[in-house]
Amino acid sequence: MEKELRSPVAQRPMNVEDPVSKTGIGAQISVELNGVKLKVDMGKSILDVCRDNNVYIPTLCYHEDLCIAGNCRMCMVEVEGMRTLQAACAFPITSPIKIKTFSDKVRKARKHTADLLLSEHYGECYSCVRNNNCELQTIARECGVDSYEFGHVCEPRFEIDSSSHAVIRDMDKCILCRRCVRTCIDLQEVGVLEAINRGYDTKISTFMDKPLADVICINCGQCINRCPTGALHANDPSDEIWKAIEDPTKHVVMQTAPSPRAAIGEEFGLPAGTSMTGQLNTAIKRMGFDMVFDTNFTADLTIMEEGTELLNRLKKALVDKDENVKLPQFTSCSPGWVKFIEHFYPEKLDYLSTAKSPQQMFGAVIKTFYAKEAGIDPKDIVTVALMPCAAKKFECNRPEMNSSGYKDVDYGLTTREMAKMIREAGLKLPDLPKTNFDEPFGDASGAGLIFGATGGVMEAALRTVYELVTGRPVPFEGLNIDVCRGMKGIKEAKVKLENCKDEFSYLEGVELKFIVAHGTANANHVMKMLIKGELEGYHFVEIMACPGGCIGGGGQPIPTSELIRKLRAKAIYAEESTMPVRKSHENPRIKFIYNNFLTDGPGGKLSHELLHTEYVKRGKYIE
Amino acid sequence: MNNSDKIKRSGPVLFSEYEKGSSVKKALEMEREEILFEIKDSGLKGRGGAGFPVSTKWMLTAAANAEQKFIVCNADEGEPGTFKDRVLLMEYPWLVFEGMIIAGYTVGAKNGIVYLRAEYSYLLEFLEDYIDDLRKENLLGKNICGRDFEFDINIILGAGAYVCGEETALIESLEGHRGEPRNRPPFPVNTGYLGFPTSVNNVETLSSVPHIIMKGSDWYNKFGTEKSSGSKLISVSGDCNYPGVYEVSWGTTLNEIIELTGAENTKAMQIGGASGVCLPASEFHRTLAYEDIATGGSIMIFNKDRSMLEVLKNFMEFFVEESCGQCTPCRIGNVKLLEGVEMIEKKDYTPEYIDKLKDLGKTMQIASKCGLGQTSPNPFISILENFKDEIFSKN
Amino acid sequence: MCETGKLLRNEFIGELVKKMGNERKSLLPILQEIQKKYHYIDEHSQQVVADLLNIHPVEVNSVISFYAFLYDAPRGRNIVRVCKNIVCEFHGSKGIAKALSDELGIEFDQTTEDGRVTLEYANCFGMCDKSPSILINDKIHEKVSKETALKLIRELK
Repeated sequence: MEKELRSPVAQRPMNVEDPVSKTGIGAQISVELNGVKLKVDMGKSILDVCRDNNVYIPTLCYHEDLCIAGNCRMCMVEVEGMRTLQAACAFPITSPIKIKTFSDKVRKARKHTADLLLSEHYGECYSCVRNNNCELQTIARECGVDSYEFGHVCEPRFEIDSSSHAVIRDMDKCILCRRCVRTCIDLQEVGVLEAINRGYDTKISTFMDKPLADVICINCGQCINRCPTGALHANDPSDEIWKAIEDPTKHVVMQTAPSPRAAIGEEFGLPAGTSMTGQLNTAIKRMGFDMVFDTNFTADLTIMEEGTELLNRLKKALVDKDENVKLPQFTSCSPGWVKFIEHFYPEKLDYLSTAKSPQQMFGAVIKTFYAKEAGIDPKDIVTVALMPCAAKKFECNRPEMNSSGYKDVDYGLTTREMAKMIREAGLKLPDLPKTNFDEPFGDASGAGLIFGATGGVMEAALRTVYELVTGRPVPFEGLNIDVCRGMKGIKEAKVKLENCKDEFSYLEGVELKFIVAHGTANANHVMKMLIKGELEGYHFVEIMACPGGCIGGGGQPIPTSELIRKLRAKAIYAEESTMPVRKSHENPRIKFIYNNFLTDGPGGKLSHELLHTEYVKRGKYIE
Repeated sequence: MNNSDKIKRSGPVLFSEYEKGSSVKKALEMEREEILFEIKDSGLKGRGGAGFPVSTKWMLTAAANAEQKFIVCNADEGEPGTFKDRVLLMEYPWLVFEGMIIAGYTVGAKNGIVYLRAEYSYLLEFLEDYIDDLRKENLLGKNICGRDFEFDINIILGAGAYVCGEETALIESLEGHRGEPRNRPPFPVNTGYLGFPTSVNNVETLSSVPHIIMKGSDWYNKFGTEKSSGSKLISVSGDCNYPGVYEVSWGTTLNEIIELTGAENTKAMQIGGASGVCLPASEFHRTLAYEDIATGGSIMIFNKDRSMLEVLKNFMEFFVEESCGQCTPCRIGNVKLLEGVEMIEKKDYTPEYIDKLKDLGKTMQIASKCGLGQTSPNPFISILENFKDEIFSKN
Repeated sequence: MCETGKLLRNEFIGELVKKMGNERKSLLPILQEIQKKYHYIDEHSQQVVADLLNIHPVEVNSVISFYAFLYDAPRGRNIVRVCKNIVCEFHGSKGIAKALSDELGIEFDQTTEDGRVTLEYANCFGMCDKSPSILINDKIHEKVSKETALKLIRELK
């Protein structure tokens, strides 16, 4: 079921057959790297060999998540006997060669290339969102750029496209490395961005140069995470949030998702995978937010609602023999995924759970239940959601997301923007003491926490559904459902339901089959399977739009790589394993809200009003 | 076609006597290895300009293990000042197609594709009719000449992009993409059209093959120099009395070409089109040969009244427009070089900056991704060097 | 575009794809056929092609914008291209260009108001031995003078 990264023929690596024996003749090649003799595996790129041997090569268009482009020409090296310099990222070693990575020729060519890029790069570093975290800036330093050798543009050539709630495009900063194109077309299979025109007129564009808001962008923000410069960045609402904090009439409530906590440390120089939950709470309170709640609470709520919905669908299918009921049920908590299916598979929207995402559930609960409990007029409440996600910005602005009578969530804030606000407030996040979340939504289960990683929703849902149905915990050691975890693109597994409780007798002996996919390219693959009828007999599918799930979200710290995503996931799982409550239905706050507010239970009338939603058949034609 | 095209041409190899269809019949009687050795012994090299040995290309394609293989005829003759392929396609189409059939037989390909530049679309119908005739004559299709060999040719029209003359860009274009050159390696002989082994050969290269098959490599080696065997078609234009296509043996001097075409008061010769080099009278003793001036065959002659700065500006404008825009050195570098030319034109420059640009040009020659960017600085460097008195003395 | 226009194009493109195949390699020939019929490839047609070839509209647009002979904006019924190569330039192409531009009252890269002619420059046609040359639609005209060029465009419908 695994789907390979789509790579165009142009960017496919050379077809080097694996040797029979890794040590036999031909499997290893002698290479001389800056005078040092080495043995390397046949077919390995010069860049990989250099990295393995701690020889630094500057790169721009290269990104380990993407196929090879070889177009920036920064990674050029000299290969003895070849007239031209070779792009280290694109050169597979298939015969003995001598490589020089910093000869006179190489250094000069790199500096010239950097000079050329800078001559077209409009703007100054200090006024850029990527100041101090910009790959072009780094390259300029590393190539010894000390002046604008070939001039520097003084006037912007393009208009900034800020039409989208999620992604802003400033093409004056674009260096045409095309990582965004490869991200959008190959990695995510959304296909919003491509290079248009040619030569000097080449630029990255949407279809017919339309505003990003008008094309079929799913707002996943993966392009932002891979942009080496400030050409792509998220639509930052922090000024408005500061204003709300300053306004004494406003009650500003923050909810924080699990993934930002596992990643925000990177913005402050900490290694990937350092959990900052407690410190973050302190920072948020010190900055003047009135309340800080844990989105995991509504993640638990999502599990209750989505799990109940799944059981209802199963009952309709198995007991009522209702042919209109759609199975497998797809998760709906990733707004990038929701927009993806709305555009590309509008006829399959019935498969999507109607449950809102945790962010939106929280917004609705805060402006209804919490407002009443706290005695605050919901019109004076400003809800901010700290999310790892760019698409959450679009989601909170969906016109239908106002079931509280107000805009349920006022602002979606990314991890990067949160870090910026913390810096503005002069706080040193890693040095802050830890504090807990505020009540009444301070307690959450570990099940809610692991929503942050791919497979987390599935794992959380199984823990609850299995136990609801059988009265026993899921039959996995330590509640850890390992088949759901890890970075494999599409994961599948099954659990047999046995000795069910009486009210679930219709599920007796049913083998619950589920699929977990992350990244919309994998989602696309799963949808194609659905259309071909290959998902017959499956019950539940978790899809996250971003590679790695939320921890790899489009609002997370830059850079990203599979290793970084793994480390962030590891931090989440480590934190989860120590939590006292690890099942959504056992969260006391969940019991409380169903006893005191959503009294007709999960899937009840009020739940449907506040916690469920409808989808839009968008289609993929652009008017 | 006007009258001048109907004049019977003559020349040592391509324009020598040849009976249509004969080489295919003969080749199909031969073993594939025999053909490869014959081509190898002939020393035939790519005539598009790069000069890669044809036998090596074919051998690598033949040796590749794949379900399908392709022969692509590069008829995207876009180099300014060249039109020899147009003449071959119009007047000697059998040579081109028979060359493709023999190539297909040799490497084990069943499909041949002609990538015809959009500017030559008026040739399309004529060539397609010709291919139809070949099918009727059983030189294309199944069981060609009664042998167990199948081959067919179709023509794909380009859409106006000079860079598609670069073989990997051409393949990208054939696949329905932007004509942006690929990374090499992998080379097309390994991973080409649709990922299959593909031999991309120039029109003139393929046209030489039938003659070599019929007359042998020894005969072919009689023409040319020791290191450059056979003949070369040259497209001569500019300030001369008899512009046109000539077949000359390798080793011909520039002076001989001046005489041949009746050029007078010649100041400069641009050899190899915009991406070639520009030589002053003091270099006219030099020869066309892989070991001296290797060229795809475009020769533009400029007399004493022409402004070399104007020539240079025209070429640099051409490259700025035709760069695919993929790699940094070519996309931005050419613009910088053109700006330099404009500075000289406006007499608003410092010699130091012009030197810096020449240095940049040298970087472009080694740092660009494909041949376009690697050769586009050639006119900048050679014209400013060889005609510095004219260009800078006025300033 | 009106619904009828869209339906006509859907049908036309559907037939083309049926004939040429729905693989990516058919893209260029399909676009060329659409352009032959409608003089340019409009937004709707680009999306239909993308849909049928299972690629993204922006990829179709990207390909069109790369090639000088493909258009995503309306062009005239006739396209007159003047060669820009230095040999043609030395043989008077600039004068011809100016004469055409004056006659039609448009600049290069523009189309006459009645949609009759679009003027364009193009890089070398491979007609340097018969320069200056101009390309009118698919037909090459060699060794043209100002007068013959003007006569030729006056005859265009």
